[in-house]
Amino acid sequence: MQASSAISNTNTSGSWGGGSKPLVAGYGKLMMWFFIVSDALTFSGFLVSYGFSRFKNIDSWPIADEVFTHFPFLHGIDAPMYYVALMTFVLIFSSVTMVLAVDAGHHHNKNRVAFYMLLTIIGGAIFVGSQAWEWKNFIKGEYGAVEVQSGEILQFYDLEKSKRIPIDEFAVSLTQERYTHDDNVGLWYVEESKLPEITLDEVLAGFNQNLNITVRLEAIDDKGKKIILDRQAAEVAINSATRVVKGANLYRNEYGNPLFADFFFFITGFHGFHVFSGVVINIIIFINVLLGTYERRGHYDMVEKVGLYWHFVDLVWVFVFTFFYLI
Amino acid sequence: MAEHLHKLEIFRGLIKFKSNQQKIWGVLIFLSIVTGIEVALGINKPDILLNKFIGLKLINWMFIIMTIIKAYYITWDFMHIRDEKSFLKNSIVVPLLILIPFLLFILLIEGSYIFDVMLGGFKSWNF
Repeated sequence: MQASSAISNTNTSGSWGGGSKPLVAGYGKLMMWFFIVSDALTFSGFLVSYGFSRFKNIDSWPIADEVFTHFPFLHGIDAPMYYVALMTFVLIFSSVTMVLAVDAGHHHNKNRVAFYMLLTIIGGAIFVGSQAWEWKNFIKGEYGAVEVQSGEILQFYDLEKSKRIPIDEFAVSLTQERYTHDDNVGLWYVEESKLPEITLDEVLAGFNQNLNITVRLEAIDDKGKKIILDRQAAEVAINSATRVVKGANLYRNEYGNPLFADFFFFITGFHGFHVFSGVVINIIIFINVLLGTYERRGHYDMVEKVGLYWHFVDLVWVFVFTFFYLI
Repeated sequence: MAEHLHKLEIFRGLIKFKSNQQKIWGVLIFLSIVTGIEVALGINKPDILLNKFIGLKLINWMFIIMTIIKAYYITWDFMHIRDEKSFLKNSIVVPLLILIPFLLFILLIEGSYIFDVMLGGFKSWNF
């Protein structure tokens, strides 16, 4: 802004002399807009590649309603989507307080700008915290499953209660001689990742004892429901089980296709990092507002620029919400 | 200054607001209603909307249309692109309107092609 005002002081007229502002927007605002355009293309690249992977596995993709079912303080209650809807609302509301801050900046009302900036920062912090909580639930998992030789995930289903059953409810505990390898008692150059709390043998023993338990495939039928095998087919399918899967990491997850978790971590992680950096930039601008930097400068254009970035983060979330959670 | 002037009507002049602040609250109410409809549809999933229409379920078309409507109001009113010069507006919006559908078209067609190839015998669930 200072650069452009320095140019306009030279008073040259005409197109080639500089000084005219054909777009009636300052340099910083224009560059923020061009950054947003390129960032929008980045995010659309991510979301479209998610769509690519999903179309590639259209008959076996995990169902989002079954994955994101948690709500704080409602433990064990199936509440699909409510929490994400709340997060969406928090972000839209923090967008509104940001516009109000920009508007107050146009009226040179320092206290109101500071107040609305503070509300925006709080909203952003709530959102980032909520996302961390979502990640925690996603990584920890709820039901557990087994992976078979082909890499497919088999989930367990209770035929009597007609709902999914967590592996720790039916697994039989067996005494085990096998411990996680530790480099101070064995080969120091060999590493082993942590063994699962429930072993495959325990799950299989529980499966053989409870005849009402069957297997749910990754594949989905015409109505978009996961296919549930009958008991006999389930006994055949589970023969090639290789390991127990609980929760999610980048290699495998209990929800189904590994790509699902990979995209979840990558896209929501990248968006969460945008929100986090937005909060940091908002805090810097907030401190500058309090110090009176923009009052002395004579305009609140910085608030407007950071506002554009903040709305963009909100805009991206609207799309992530639709394509990850709704569709 | 010229940039402090706001256009205070939405829905093509159907609703006019008295001040910019009022308009912001109005847009918030509208966005909340749309989000509410989306969430209600997503939780209930009415059977009639699960029928397919041009390759996608009807409910998914509705989600996509509502998302684009929300995106429009966030950019036009929150990012106040409505008040910018049309040249600036177009240099931001037009590249995105060309490039994103292009990317979508290429990759989604390719994704469903690979699905068909693998379905035809190149993928096995049991080996």
